[in-house]
Amino acid sequence: MERVIKALKWIGLGFFEPLIMLIQGKEVEKNIRLVFRQIIVPVLSVFIFLGACNIGADYLFKVERDRKIEKTRTVQGDAAAKQMQECIDSGDESCKPNSLPSPADVKKGAISLWEDHKSISAKKSAFKEKTAAINKKRKEAGQKAIVYTGRPSFVDQIYTSLKTVFAGFLLAALLAIPAGIVLGLSETLRTSINWIIQILKPVSPVVWLLLVSMVVKTVLANSDSDKSFVISFISVGLCSMWATLVNTAMGVSSVDQDYLNVSKVLRLGVFSNVFKVILPASIPMIFTGLRITLSVSWMVLIAIELLAQSPGLGSFVWEEFQNGANDSNAKIIVAMFVIGIIGFMLDRIMMFIQKLASFDSK
Amino acid sequence: MAAFLELRNVSKSYGSGDTMVDVLKNVNLTIEEGEFIAIVGFTGSGKTTLISLIAGLIEPDEGEILLKGKKVNGPGPDRGVVFQNYSLLPWLSVRGNVELAVKQVFPKLNKTELAAHVEKFVGMVNLTPALQKNPTQLSGGMRQRVSVARALAMDPEILLLDEPLSALDALTRGSLQIEIERIWRESKKTIMLITNDVDEGILLADRVIPLTPGPNATLGTEFKIGFERPRNKIAINADPNFKKERNAILAYLDEVGEHRGASKEEEFVLPDIQPIVKPNRFVINR
Ligand SMILES: Nc1ncnc2c1ncn2[C@@H]1O[C@H](COP(=O)(O)OP(=O)(O)OP(=O)(O)O)[C@@H](O)[C@H]1O
Ligand SMILES: [Mg+2]
Repeated sequence: MERVIKALKWIGLGFFEPLIMLIQGKEVEKNIRLVFRQIIVPVLSVFIFLGACNIGADYLFKVERDRKIEKTRTVQGDAAAKQMQECIDSGDESCKPNSLPSPADVKKGAISLWEDHKSISAKKSAFKEKTAAINKKRKEAGQKAIVYTGRPSFVDQIYTSLKTVFAGFLLAALLAIPAGIVLGLSETLRTSINWIIQILKPVSPVVWLLLVSMVVKTVLANSDSDKSFVISFISVGLCSMWATLVNTAMGVSSVDQDYLNVSKVLRLGVFSNVFKVILPASIPMIFTGLRITLSVSWMVLIAIELLAQSPGLGSFVWEEFQNGANDSNAKIIVAMFVIGIIGFMLDRIMMFIQKLASFDSK
Repeated sequence: MAAFLELRNVSKSYGSGDTMVDVLKNVNLTIEEGEFIAIVGFTGSGKTTLISLIAGLIEPDEGEILLKGKKVNGPGPDRGVVFQNYSLLPWLSVRGNVELAVKQVFPKLNKTELAAHVEKFVGMVNLTPALQKNPTQLSGGMRQRVSVARALAMDPEILLLDEPLSALDALTRGSLQIEIERIWRESKKTIMLITNDVDEGILLADRVIPLTPGPNATLGTEFKIGFERPRNKIAINADPNFKKERNAILAYLDEVGEHRGASKEEEFVLPDIQPIVKPNRFVINR
């Protein structure tokens, strides 16, 4: 049991500890209070939030409904207006006014997205089976396999987004950490490049995207790699790398004088000095930077996909918005929550890795 | 023959212009090989500065420091330093910390020799059970001993100890004092011990040299301590000579300390209390 609690704490779910203690009947009074504060109140607040959404959605729905009826009245006359009113009140999807979806609508949207995903994956596997024989032949003949090119499901979009964000994050880390170390070590370099960094740091994702696509378009003109993927992950990387760059440079340049004295007294060479003293000392800062980078990556990714029309959650949101179907709004809200939850999970994972890497918690 | 370590008219200031502090002025000191000397002084008088100068971490503004007749420039493996605040690398275990130093000084050792060497010195400070532990898991006294082991393992010719025991409680301090004396006898190293505890200086050293209060601190009259070795704390405490030496040193320190206060009043100089921001001192998530 001790171990379970420790493990929970490690992955950032320490708030379950009092509940487990309570089930075991340990320190009942204290743990009841803790459970109340750490579990019951947060859960309650979620319900209050949902309730508020519901009231808001209801209100907006009524406004939208009245307006729709009024509009029908002025355009088509009283009879049509009455018909419209009946149609709306009967709950018919075809004449439902388009407003902020209620939590129930959102739930429906989520279910329909899941159903859609199931049917698409069924189609996919059917397609795979059908083309298996042909693809084998094509492969033997040195030709490209035939792949499924149908509409991606919501889950596929999530997968694509995650892939892009990881590629972008990796790029950011590979660029920013070495550059940050070099900058941190050399005061001259740091001051001479500082302005460029300060200017590039606040540049909006949109501009990076345009810039990257200008370059990628030319460079990859004759290659058949996935251009939109390349463009979006590079833009994500460039937008998000600054936090890591600045943090790494700062960490490296501000290593505790005591450690540097040790290094000097031991007369460590440049290599040992960097890898045995300076880098370990700046690991906490580097990871703080990486954590910010990952959350920035995820945030700008959605915007970039939306703009670049590259597949992923961003373009999903955009397509649903343009689509304007009855349940589009609900699906957008579902996407919003999925984006939020994934962002939260990514942050937790980084926090976990950060803990593993920092020397003081060992 | 030249002395083992010699400081000639060494002066050191920090900062410049209005914020300049003249820490040490005209410091002269000669230490013979195998000697154990103690420098006692008030806090802030420049003791750490003196150690850093000898260690080669900073350079004197004036004067020179000679080690076996050769001018010191930069740190070297011949001088082992035990820093005032331990300065262990918290991402390395006890073994790792000592090993880093040993590898640097004896790059030719193979794996088993290296391990044996590290273990010998960790054993010397009675920390064998803590070999694999990280510094954050150790008590202050244990960290201090690791720091001593690290310095000893480099097999330096002189050990520079910067207030190694002042952060410890009286009981631990007592036992570590005995240990330091034992290590000194066994390893036959020259030791320069910085301390703010006159009793500690008398208990351990051949000579106790007071550092006058700063600014412009310099070494004052030295006191030779003749108790026989190995030293025994209880016996020394009971010795009437101990009280005499101690009172003499304290009286001397009092005198130079008062002189400092008096001169300040005479000149109507306001106390120089500016915050001193040491560069590159950010504590990272510790
Ligand atoms: N890097 C530095 N820059 C500027 N001033 C410094 C620096 N290091 C020390 N000083 C100043 O020099 C004086 C002597 O400092 P030092 O650390 O040598 O004193 P100390 O005798 O070791 O004190 P303690 O007993 O508290 O360790 C102090 O006034 C201190 O503020
Ligand atoms: Mg000091």
